[in-house]
Amino acid sequence: MGTTLDIKIKRANKVYHAGEMLSGVVVISGKDSVQHQGLSLMVEGTVNLQLSAKSVGVFEAFYNSVKYTLRCDMRRSLLAKDLTKTCEFIVHSTPQKGKWTPSPVDFTITPDTLQNVKERALLPKFLIRGHLNSTNCVITQPLTGELVVESSEAAIKSIELQLVRVETCGCAEGYARDATEIQNIQIADGDVCRGLSIPIYMVFPRLFTCPTLETTNFKVEFEVNIVVLLHPAHLITENFPLKLCRV
Amino acid sequence: MAAFPWHSRSRNYKAEFASCRLEAVPLEFGDYHPLKPITVTESKTKKVSRKGSTSSTSSSSSSSVVDPLSSVLDGTDPLSMFAASADPATLAAAMDNSRKKRDRDDNSIVGSDFEPWASKRGEILARYTTTEKLSINLFMGSEKGKAGNATSAMSEKVRTRLEELDDFEEGSQKELLNLTQQDYVNRIEELNQSLKDAWASDQKVKALKIVIQCSKLLSDTSVIQFYPSKFVLITDILDTFGKLVYERIFSMCVDHCSVLPDHFSPENVNDTAKETCLNWFFKIASIRELIPRFYVEASILKCNKFLSKTGISECLPRLTCMVRGIGDPLVSVYARAYLCRVGVEVAPHLKESLNKNFFDFLLTFKQIHGDTVQNQLVLQGVELPSYLPLYSPAMDWVFQCVSYHAPEALLTEMMERCKKLGNNALLLNSVMSAFRAEFIATRSMDFIGMIKECDESGFPKHLLFRSLGLNLALADPPESDRLQILSEAWKVITKLKNPQDYINCAEVWVEYTCKHFTKREVNTVLADVIKHMTPDRAFEDSYPQLQSIIKKVIAHFHDFSVLFSVEKFLPFLDMFQKESVRVEVCKCIMEVFIKHQQEPTKDPVILNALLHVCKTMHDSVNALTLEDEKRMLAYLINGFIKMVSFGRDFEQQLSFYVEARSMFCNLEPVLVQLIHSVNRLAMETRKVMKGNHSRKTAAFVRACVAYCFITIPSLVGIFTRLNLYLHSGQVALANQCLSQADAFFKAAISLVPEVPKMINIDGKMRPSESFLLEFLCNFFSTLLIVPDHPEHGVLFLVRELLNVIQDYTWEENSDEKIRIYTCVLHLLSAMSQETYLYHVDKVDSNDSLYGGDSKFLAENNKLCETVMAQILEHLKTLAKDEALKRQSSLGLSFFNSILAHGDLRNNRLNQLSVNLWHLAQRHGCVDTRAMVKTLEYIKKQSKQPDMGHLTELALRLPLQTRT
Repeated sequence: MGTTLDIKIKRANKVYHAGEMLSGVVVISGKDSVQHQGLSLMVEGTVNLQLSAKSVGVFEAFYNSVKYTLRCDMRRSLLAKDLTKTCEFIVHSTPQKGKWTPSPVDFTITPDTLQNVKERALLPKFLIRGHLNSTNCVITQPLTGELVVESSEAAIKSIELQLVRVETCGCAEGYARDATEIQNIQIADGDVCRGLSIPIYMVFPRLFTCPTLETTNFKVEFEVNIVVLLHPAHLITENFPLKLCRV
Repeated sequence: MAAFPWHSRSRNYKAEFASCRLEAVPLEFGDYHPLKPITVTESKTKKVSRKGSTSSTSSSSSSSVVDPLSSVLDGTDPLSMFAASADPATLAAAMDNSRKKRDRDDNSIVGSDFEPWASKRGEILARYTTTEKLSINLFMGSEKGKAGNATSAMSEKVRTRLEELDDFEEGSQKELLNLTQQDYVNRIEELNQSLKDAWASDQKVKALKIVIQCSKLLSDTSVIQFYPSKFVLITDILDTFGKLVYERIFSMCVDHCSVLPDHFSPENVNDTAKETCLNWFFKIASIRELIPRFYVEASILKCNKFLSKTGISECLPRLTCMVRGIGDPLVSVYARAYLCRVGVEVAPHLKESLNKNFFDFLLTFKQIHGDTVQNQLVLQGVELPSYLPLYSPAMDWVFQCVSYHAPEALLTEMMERCKKLGNNALLLNSVMSAFRAEFIATRSMDFIGMIKECDESGFPKHLLFRSLGLNLALADPPESDRLQILSEAWKVITKLKNPQDYINCAEVWVEYTCKHFTKREVNTVLADVIKHMTPDRAFEDSYPQLQSIIKKVIAHFHDFSVLFSVEKFLPFLDMFQKESVRVEVCKCIMEVFIKHQQEPTKDPVILNALLHVCKTMHDSVNALTLEDEKRMLAYLINGFIKMVSFGRDFEQQLSFYVEARSMFCNLEPVLVQLIHSVNRLAMETRKVMKGNHSRKTAAFVRACVAYCFITIPSLVGIFTRLNLYLHSGQVALANQCLSQADAFFKAAISLVPEVPKMINIDGKMRPSESFLLEFLCNFFSTLLIVPDHPEHGVLFLVRELLNVIQDYTWEENSDEKIRIYTCVLHLLSAMSQETYLYHVDKVDSNDSLYGGDSKFLAENNKLCETVMAQILEHLKTLAKDEALKRQSSLGLSFFNSILAHGDLRNNRLNQLSVNLWHLAQRHGCVDTRAMVKTLEYIKKQSKQPDMGHLTELALRLPLQTRT
């Protein structure tokens, strides 16, 4: 092992907010004394825009392409290679001011509440009731609620929570909207007991969510779908827009 | 060297004995004596204890003796637990124990009376087996189709990212079909190993993947009979994982200088450890499927301790609710069992979640009879009565966790809730399995009523009665109900058609019957078992249960006369037709007999029965029987033989031994025991007759002697035979059977040449010489008092023995032969005394036969000379061989012999001893200290009367000084 370079950021979770000091140490470890011609530290913030494979002329997912890296370079003599070490860190937007208020939603799903059905008569009868404790969500807190299958003629295969990120990008020609599933959590597996409440619980994935963002040119929004799969092949989806914030 | 004549010193044994005897000092009460038993005196004030005394005068106020052995146990032993609760002083001592202390700090409510999961594990694995083919699918091929519709919106990149967690190894599909149960178990074990390997090689993500894939197998209910075992196997892996993660994070908290205490608080955990821990929880929270997400999170429940104080108490209720999402009732109840298992281990004080699991389970209980389950059963071809018992291990566990130390009110409530549900046999069974036995026992009649009301088609009734029986074996029902309980229960049990069901149930109830009732009821029960198990040789499939029944019966009937008067006991034994099992049962019976039979017996019922039992054991011995097994059997049979006594009816006793010999001829230790017993019988007879045999007793004693004489040759062990010949000869001599005694001794002499150089002792080959030397010395002591036969020459036995010793092929380079000759010299010296050292009562030894006849003494001396010549010859050869050390020590030993037995007033003998003294010192390899001691002894002896000549000898014995 020759000389190595390591960056150690003070905060274990590597999360910082605008205006904060990012501190830490650069650790150089080697067998004996190390000669160099300067050590430099550099912060880089990049937005990587990639053309979507699906729709021509649209960029794919903004969110995940924003990246902050800390880079440390050690310049050395001609004979020894320069050393580089990079370290990613995360910048959280400053917590929003103002009081967070919960906004509970009750829902009932029956064949009649469904839109977009071709042959309503062919659908088995069912009644699903439930509520979300709030569609205004604190990003660090899980999405919670309850769901009760009051009755269902067909056996239930699975009930899932689908978290979708919707990015809208507006420009002169109109706007492009791109929805991406970022997490899918099964909350019921198999033909669950009727009349028994099943918890709705989903932790927001740290790397794929951010506070809901709305600017003139683009928007990042989130939605959750409650997806019920019935035997033999029925798929019922109920959509709820969410508003994520950081407090 | 010329031949030296021998002159024995004449001895006055009485005077010698008196002079060297220690003075007897009477011991006063309370004085210290090493052999006095240790006494513990109970006193509040400290007694003045004797100085230097090791007898312990305990000053403790404790009323019980503190056994040093018990301090080794750490209080988990049920006996000491019992003792501890009875005795506050010991309790306090036990509490000092570090383990206890930790438990107490733990605020743990789970004590040693909580049956741990580990003890259930093996039972479940053994009980829930299958012959059907199993499969392991470690790739979610089919699952993908299911989620297919929903994934349309997913971008490729994100999808692969998410699925990484689901995949076991990138790009590898592992679907293993057609596995036998054993293959399956092996595969799971391999997965367990690869989990550990992955962890050890720092592949944490791979480890997590393995765990996820494994927990996924728990959502698969194909081959449903195997599900409980599958649960056991897979949760083992989860436990491993949970431990690995916890330990890893724990180790991150260790600073350079301090180690985290066992009971840390989250403030003491550093940020890196917290972040790592949080990472694990985030990763697990994003697992797509419900069942793996549940299991994996439950497995690392303990890690919540790193994050916050309330973490576990918040997490447990959430996980409990999460189980509601599991549709399949079987999968769901096992998930609850796992959660309770982890919960009890990590946070036993959080009773609420346990209770919630129980009541949630009751809410979903109706699902078991729902369409989805029924369809599945039809598809798999499984009947309800074999499906329902699959729930038992999980339900029993949940019920056990909830009912452990639960207040009576909760138990009653639980029971009432169970009662209300339809077809509650399954619940009833778990209530009986899990609740305190006392709770069940006091309500036995209620339970019997409830069991009767249960639906026939559902859960098998025999299992219910079995569970009830298990409780009654542990706790006693009210006295007034006892008989009614038995008759109600047995009414149902006896109607069971399937012999397996029947015997599983009957086995349990035998305990209750034996505990509370007399032999009449036990007899009835045994008769019923025989009746059920005999048709179609059903007993062949139920040996373990039948064995257990026998064990229970003999555990309660220690009085064998009562036991064998249970008419059906022996017919019951006849059901054990497979030899190995029969022998096992016989061994159990004999063990109990040996342990509990206090008095010798002659009860013909016991004797007949046990002879039969012993014969069965004996007859199982064949060429392939292991030595240990033979030893065990012989020990048991000997125990029986020793317990048989016909009192004063000696002839009956002898004929019993004759019968026993014919029965147990294949077990050498038994024959040896019989010979000893017969010898003892002869001596008993002598004692009764006070040494004066009548014609009748003389004939009887000769019969005993004859018994031994003809039995000994059938033994194999050469030293066994030799010693028994000698021993029996002594007995014959004591009983004035002179010619018989001669015959024994001659037989022994003629056997000596057959002694091999090496003999097998405990499986190792060892030289036999030391054993031979020991035997011969013993033999010589006896020969002293054996009178010469009038028709044979003087000392014919000694001569014959000397010839045999002469011809025996001794080990080269060994001095054993010479040592024996030295002993012969001692014998001959003793024989030349006017009155011998000891005698046998009523037998005239050579001293009185010859009365110091000069011819006899001359013969004796001639023999001595021959022997001495041999010794000296040997000493000479040692000089040649340069075996100087041996020569020196042998010379000194011969010197000592002459000193002790020879008459040193004889000049030549005197000269010889001086020569020997020099010889011993010549090459400087003698033990100088021994020489100094010897010289001191000579000087001391010289002061005795008639020993004055030793003073002069001492002057002629110089001590060589070491340079």
